[in-house]
Amino acid sequence: MTSAQDSAPPAIQITGLNKWYGLLQVLHDVNLTVTQGERLVICGPSGSGKSTLIRTVNALEGFQSGEIKVAGLRLTREPAVVEEIRRRVGMVFQQFNLFPHLTVLENCALPLRLVRGLSAAEARDRTMHYLSKVRIPEQAAKYPAQLSGGQQQRVAIARAVAMQPEVMLFDEPTSALDPEMVKEVLDVMVALADEGMTMAVVTHEMGFARQVADRVIFMDAGRIVEQGPPTTFFTAPRSDRTKAFLRQVLH
Amino acid sequence: MWLPSYATPSERLSRILVVAFAVAVMLFLIAPLFIIVPLSFSKDPFFTLPVREYSLRWYEDLFGNPRWFEAMINSAVAAVLTTILATTLGTLAALGIARPDFPYRRAIMALLISPMIVPIVIVAVGSYLFFGEFGLTNTRAGLVLAHTALATPFVVITVTATLSTYDTNLTRAANSLGASGLSAFFRVTLPNILPGVISGAIFAFATSFDEVVVALFLTAAEQRTLPVQMFSGIRDQINPTIMAAATMLLILSILLFAALALLTRKKAR
Repeated sequence: MTSAQDSAPPAIQITGLNKWYGLLQVLHDVNLTVTQGERLVICGPSGSGKSTLIRTVNALEGFQSGEIKVAGLRLTREPAVVEEIRRRVGMVFQQFNLFPHLTVLENCALPLRLVRGLSAAEARDRTMHYLSKVRIPEQAAKYPAQLSGGQQQRVAIARAVAMQPEVMLFDEPTSALDPEMVKEVLDVMVALADEGMTMAVVTHEMGFARQVADRVIFMDAGRIVEQGPPTTFFTAPRSDRTKAFLRQVLH
Repeated sequence: MWLPSYATPSERLSRILVVAFAVAVMLFLIAPLFIIVPLSFSKDPFFTLPVREYSLRWYEDLFGNPRWFEAMINSAVAAVLTTILATTLGTLAALGIARPDFPYRRAIMALLISPMIVPIVIVAVGSYLFFGEFGLTNTRAGLVLAHTALATPFVVITVTATLSTYDTNLTRAANSLGASGLSAFFRVTLPNILPGVISGAIFAFATSFDEVVVALFLTAAEQRTLPVQMFSGIRDQINPTIMAAATMLLILSILLFAALALLTRKKAR
């Protein structure tokens, strides 16, 4: 897939992406390139297609036309390609989606064993390493239902990052959390960003965007309306829709 | 059950009547069972109450007489095979029907449930004539297939009910972590819907094990199941071994019911 001369293809390259739900077009000709190591924040009103967009990247949602490449590999409907793309892309969901029948440790270790082929001991060691990174190793033996929302989301981040993906997608990771738990999750994400992880984050946390993002994208009605580095995006937005949105989220 | 201290006399009276009525209904439902069990331990070769002398001779007959013993084995084999088939097919059907993009859901659900609604005699006559064309009458395979058709609706219903509480985002999460469709099903979906699958399997087992009408039509002497043997036992000669067999069936039902209760309690926890 990757020839020798372009040794570092973009982490994500989306070209001319269109998607419909029936007659409703939810993505309009989206073009987006995320370079290796870039931290991208995607914001926009609900229904703007931002979650749908990142879900097309790891094929949780299909699309009708356009092209998506992850680290040079073009996404097709081939099961083998889809699985390879998903190995390269980690994802954190709004609703945590920890497996309720497994402990925290098993939640993280099971995919390591099944997908990465690690032995039980290796999977356990790697899990504990990443659980320490999200500062929750002491909860390894508990079940998700015994943890707070913030703790569950940190486990979900550890579970995805332990797979050592090339890109991490975050789909509104703090929207389902009680306000007092937002910070502990954002702190973990900031730490992850500081380590150089390529990240695409759908969020309304504008403080996080200012602190971490290399680039902020504003989407509305299935289109990328505006993008830029956080300094110019927040201080000098060009489009009226961006201004209206920023007024609402920044109060 | 108990009323607060400020209840009026008429409230007290109506509560007493309700409780009395409930007890009467329960007695009505289980009284026949209380008659069967002591009769199965009677020494007399005819049904008489109260029991004059106790013995285990009918249980000896049940387990010692090859006709009865083979009937029990036949029933058990048919029930186990039916359970495996019905549970697999019913779970697959429920999974398909639960998909949001499944076409004609109501019609297909109605079709799958229909064996529960169609009078059993019609199912029996129908399968007798239809299976005859394929040489499946008087075979164990024919009996198992017909029982599977009767038992599958229970699995479809219980699994569909469990699936309505299953969050399909968990499957998405498994996929996002690189799980193939199969491994996402076996490692994530199945463990979470297992209570429904097992309840369905228990119902399927009980359906096949108790079933007499279809079995009467589709079995010859070699495949004769326990209910068929009991039925012919009543018709030909009054044989108290029936009571022993009925007691064994009763114990089996209680065990299955207890398993189901344990299961739902675990689910609620």
